[in-house]
Amino acid sequence: MPMSLIETKKVSVRYGSIEALSQVSFVIDEGNYVGIIGPNGSGKTSLIKALLGLVGFEGEIFFQGKRLSEFRQTKHIGYLPQKLSFLDQRFPATAREIVVSGVYCCKKFPKHLTKKDDKAAERAMEVLGIESLSHRLIGKLSGGQQQRVLLARALVHNPRLLILDEPTVALDPQSREAFYATLSELNKKHGVTILFISHDVGAIGAHASKLLYLDRSLVFYGSFKEFCQSKTMTDYFKEGQHFICHRHDDRGTSL
Amino acid sequence: MTGVIAQMTEALQFAFVQRAVIAGCFISVGCSFLGVFLVLRRFSLIGDGLAHVSFATVAIALLLHAQPVIVSIPLVTLASLVILQLKEKAQVYGDAAIGLVSSFGIALGVIIASTAGGFNVDLFSYLFGNILSVSRLEVWITGVISILVVLVTLLFYHDLFAITFDEDYAQVSGIKVKAVNRILIILTSFIVVLGIKIVGTMLVSSLIILPAVTALQVTKSFRTTIAAAGICAILSVIIGIFASYLLNYPSGATIVMVNFVLFIVMLAINKLKMC
Repeated sequence: MPMSLIETKKVSVRYGSIEALSQVSFVIDEGNYVGIIGPNGSGKTSLIKALLGLVGFEGEIFFQGKRLSEFRQTKHIGYLPQKLSFLDQRFPATAREIVVSGVYCCKKFPKHLTKKDDKAAERAMEVLGIESLSHRLIGKLSGGQQQRVLLARALVHNPRLLILDEPTVALDPQSREAFYATLSELNKKHGVTILFISHDVGAIGAHASKLLYLDRSLVFYGSFKEFCQSKTMTDYFKEGQHFICHRHDDRGTSL
Repeated sequence: MTGVIAQMTEALQFAFVQRAVIAGCFISVGCSFLGVFLVLRRFSLIGDGLAHVSFATVAIALLLHAQPVIVSIPLVTLASLVILQLKEKAQVYGDAAIGLVSSFGIALGVIIASTAGGFNVDLFSYLFGNILSVSRLEVWITGVISILVVLVTLLFYHDLFAITFDEDYAQVSGIKVKAVNRILIILTSFIVVLGIKIVGTMLVSSLIILPAVTALQVTKSFRTTIAAAGICAILSVIIGIFASYLLNYPSGATIVMVNFVLFIVMLAINKLKMC
């Protein structure tokens, strides 16, 4: 029986008088691949920030049964933020310097990088096919390459949970597919639990095992198939729109 | 050329030139190291703001007949923490918080100077500094504090790198972002106070900003940026001191001009490379 990795109980996030998220409760088991959808301003990023301890919240969040305030093992979490929201294109760091900074979470003060850390960075870059970009400045890379560098940073310390905030926004369709294939491999082969925000319901249907629909509160949480059969889907796409739920298994058989 | 070298060698025989070179190199390295982090975090004008505050603290020190550096360090550090609190707690924009505290500093300095009288000449000499008048005690204080600044910067190098690149990720990584920000700002106040003796309150922020932006023109990695900023800063101080000695120009302004020329040269090289 899978163990619960994250459990939220009536989590609410407020910014002043505005309630961005209201009373959200759900459980994510180890090995799940969960896509979060919802309209703009529905509290998706607020939920992720609450899970990461970046914003204050009401309610309770448990990681592996421990309250978030007691859970200090940040080395188990990898985080990929919305790239475009912070990346300074003139920042003078190489791809390798950024990737290796992902191991800081496992280091105590004063942080000292070892050969093992360098090897881990090399491995993470190899997994994502960006080893040749190692000595290039981050600002000189394309959007897709930058996203892979940031994903390598999130993966370099072998996290058990990977949280991604709209990871494919800057990617072209080809890079997007390759990116999702990498995530699927991490989930299936390495058992990494994945939680990602996306506006691309099709991608969630194609790759994720569960879908979490937020609109300031939890509207739907279940499998993609259940979502397709629910009234929630009609509400999400509004009347008059048609959505084809079509999925293939590993052998290409239509389900 | 031989004449210039002979004159420089002759200048180095003087104790005041030796003191200037030693103190200048110490401060410039500290300023440039911190400058890279401050410039990349769009917080470099804090140097300017704190320098303005130090105008008031120097006035207080002269009023009390105390050593300006000793009085200024705690007071400027306090001002730097007020700027940070205004930014974090009172939700005042960073540049506005700097402007607020800096204008208060200047106003307070002017009021003290006009009320007390008698030390206006001393006070105004701090506006543009004079590295050639650095005393032996000031060289020692400068050396100790600059080494402290460089050591702490190196100890926190990885934390500062992570926060400068992506503050949210640094926090998720378990780095105490607020504490490291405070350390950065306190180190900046120390170095600003030391810098006012060299280039004065009007120009001290240039020691923080110029080597960093010059290094950013030729950078190949973050580590080389820090190293290049340090080299630019030392070069500017040494060339600046000798140029001011040979040409009889004000030392602080000459150091800043050398810094600026280095920036223009690196900018041109960078643009040529891109062509």
